[in-house]
Amino acid sequence: MVVTKEEVVAAITSSLSPSHLQVIDTSGGCGASFDVEVVSEKFEGKRLLERHRLVNAALAEQMPQIHALSIKKALTPSQWKPQSENEEPAKI
Amino acid sequence: LVCFSSALSPELKLTLDKVVSSHKVVLFMKGSKDFPQCGFSRTVVQILKTLNVPFETMDILENEVLRQGLKEYSSWPTFPQLYIDGEFFGGCDITVEAYQSGELQELLEKTMCS
Repeated sequence: MVVTKEEVVAAITSSLSPSHLQVIDTSGGCGASFDVEVVSEKFEGKRLLERHRLVNAALAEQMPQIHALSIKKALTPSQWKPQSENEEPAKI
Repeated sequence: LVCFSSALSPELKLTLDKVVSSHKVVLFMKGSKDFPQCGFSRTVVQILKTLNVPFETMDILENEVLRQGLKEYSSWPTFPQLYIDGEFFGGCDITVEAYQSGELQELLEKTMCS
């Protein structure tokens, strides 16, 4: 059974109630593979390893069928804001 | 509640304790450091080579018992898995981020000097 992007979104949404979530399907035909960006209050006070563990746990059911999962961002809402501002072109 | 039969036997756990504590840097990966079999494993090998630290690698593709047992041992579902100083450090994404922030160099320097 192939895991869909929608299932990944649903599983992360129900476990981590993210304020921002982006899931990109990177499978290209060689098995389920995704890039994810998650912004969630549940990451507050947690180190990167623990944050990634939370994402892995949210997908525990799907994980055996997922070929590759790349967690590009696991941020708290306060970390996410300054970063998205930085991405805008500098104004002087 | 679902009960899983454990892939991590007490013997395998002891062996893994020994492996990760007898080398300062151990990478469980797909393939070997000279012939990585997956882009994620290759990325971590390249980072470790760039940082010029001695490291051991173990090929999980050659040993299914090791592969399944490690997932439980590390509580981590995917490979590669990097161990530094006897402790699980992370997978590919964590290693890349720590490398970019300089945190990995710092930890490795501390580990190598200890």
